[in-house]
Amino acid sequence: MMLDAETLQLVGMKFLFALLMVGAVMTMAGYSVLAERKVSAWMQGRVGPNRTVLPYVQYIPILGPFLRGLGIFQPLADGLKFLFKEEIVPGHVNKLYYYMAPLVALVPALTTMTVLPFGEFFHDNGESFPLILADLEVGILFILAVSSLGVYGIVLAGWSSNSKYPFLGGIRSSAQMISYELAMGLSLLPVFLWVSEPGSGLSALSLTGIVASQAESTWLIIVQPVSALIFLIALFAETNRLPFDMPESETDLVGGFHTEYGSFKFGIFFVAEYAHIVVGSAIFTAIFLGGWHVFPWVADPWPENWLGSLLGVGCFLTKTVLLIFFFIWIRWTLPRFRYDQVMHLGWVRLLPLALVNLVFYVILVSWLDQPVATN
Amino acid sequence: MAKTVVLERKPLSLSERTYLPQILTGLKTTFTNMFKEKVTLQYPEEKPVLPPNYRGVPTLVKDPNGREKCVSCQLCEFVCPPKAIRITPGSVPEDHEDREHVEKAPQEFEINMLRCIYCGYCEEVCPEEAIFLQNEYSFSGYTRDEMINDKAKLYELGGTLPDDHYKWDKKKEAEEKGNPH
Ligand code: SF4
Ligand code: SF4
Repeated sequence: MMLDAETLQLVGMKFLFALLMVGAVMTMAGYSVLAERKVSAWMQGRVGPNRTVLPYVQYIPILGPFLRGLGIFQPLADGLKFLFKEEIVPGHVNKLYYYMAPLVALVPALTTMTVLPFGEFFHDNGESFPLILADLEVGILFILAVSSLGVYGIVLAGWSSNSKYPFLGGIRSSAQMISYELAMGLSLLPVFLWVSEPGSGLSALSLTGIVASQAESTWLIIVQPVSALIFLIALFAETNRLPFDMPESETDLVGGFHTEYGSFKFGIFFVAEYAHIVVGSAIFTAIFLGGWHVFPWVADPWPENWLGSLLGVGCFLTKTVLLIFFFIWIRWTLPRFRYDQVMHLGWVRLLPLALVNLVFYVILVSWLDQPVATN
Repeated sequence: MAKTVVLERKPLSLSERTYLPQILTGLKTTFTNMFKEKVTLQYPEEKPVLPPNYRGVPTLVKDPNGREKCVSCQLCEFVCPPKAIRITPGSVPEDHEDREHVEKAPQEFEINMLRCIYCGYCEEVCPEEAIFLQNEYSFSGYTRDEMINDKAKLYELGGTLPDDHYKWDKKKEAEEKGNPH
């Protein structure tokens, strides 16, 4: 087999970028945990974690105590705690699947981010490339397919734990996943219709295409509020966030699917949940909130060079972080739905709504595109 | 008997049935809560304000003349619900310079803080106002033995409290006038 320098370089670069991106997403996941603790504390009139600090940092005037009060070092301490905890495996579990489950939960969350565009790189000769690990033509299909694999981790955990609460959590989770996956997919169809109008030359199935279409007109959340709403609700269900945290249901299932898990295995579940949220928020940003374009209807105010790329990525990250905040905000506002209510909402409300929405946009789009078709 | 009124429940309007306006109101509430003043007490740095009748660790006190008040009547030992108090009674020697009127004093007085439930019965029952539950609330130790307060420790914790009666002074005075007890 021949491996020339160019291929090696390409593979090396991709590998480096992948590492960087995993690092970025994992850091964001870690800090989402901190954000969750802080925001929940503020909403409940508390101050949240404000004690952890690295040695000597607290002696830096002003900045040190500020960072300490913000709990910036808390994720480090949390991670170390998970690493050094005693590793307990209950005797009644199915060892192989018990160990596999956390990984199966984490991998899809990290896989979906490969097709996630988060910015634009402007080349000197005026061309621009999207910043993305793998620009798949069918990016969205890939995301829909892979992200729902995450539920296998939960089901596997529930089953291999060989104990009733995790089992119930696993069952609920799979039922919920099936119900909301449908609505999620259907809510995206109008987006495809809208983006791939005749002559636009954009592939609606690739996320870069969707973002590019929003640069020319406006954000899709303004054009298709109902789709956005359904997608958002389904996203909450998909990431198992309150008000849909069926698999966990702390109040009636102890810890849900991870009741029998401890130490680092639990830590991986935890990180997987937050990685799901980070990636989910990023996907919503790309599809409905204009990606890295800053305002609806306005062309990006920055120059087309490296500065513009940086600002674009910053803009994308800002939107994603705001959306993560929204996830947390919802969690500390709404109570959990009952299991049958979740099913009812999914099948009787969201699914018909998504269908009606689809039919409406089919008619609207075919009416709007008519002149183009006849001329 | 009060007449029961059955309230007619209005059917939900369409906007109410989507839940969305209610969710928005909820979001507004939690958001404004974020900027309200925090109620957290930064404990080791900030201490809580204790009410005047606070029941902390039970302690033995002396009167302002520095004299031991407890006469080891053992009422507190008897009343203590979890049997945390153990008293070894002792007598005061006849020739003790300023306590010649006192017959008894505890030789040893132990309160096991692993048993004590801070009920305050000992303080309530004591006829000599010798035992008080004061403001100390963060009592801890590394061994079980450390958690048993002996007499010296109890007096050290208790210190001196103001006294209304000066019972021993009165008794001494009475004896000097010739009518003891
Ligand atoms: S503390 Fe009071 S009740 Fe207890 S033995 Fe002494 S005098 Fe009696
Ligand atoms: S406070 Fe109650 S439990 Fe504690 S020593 Fe006094 S009587 Fe016993």
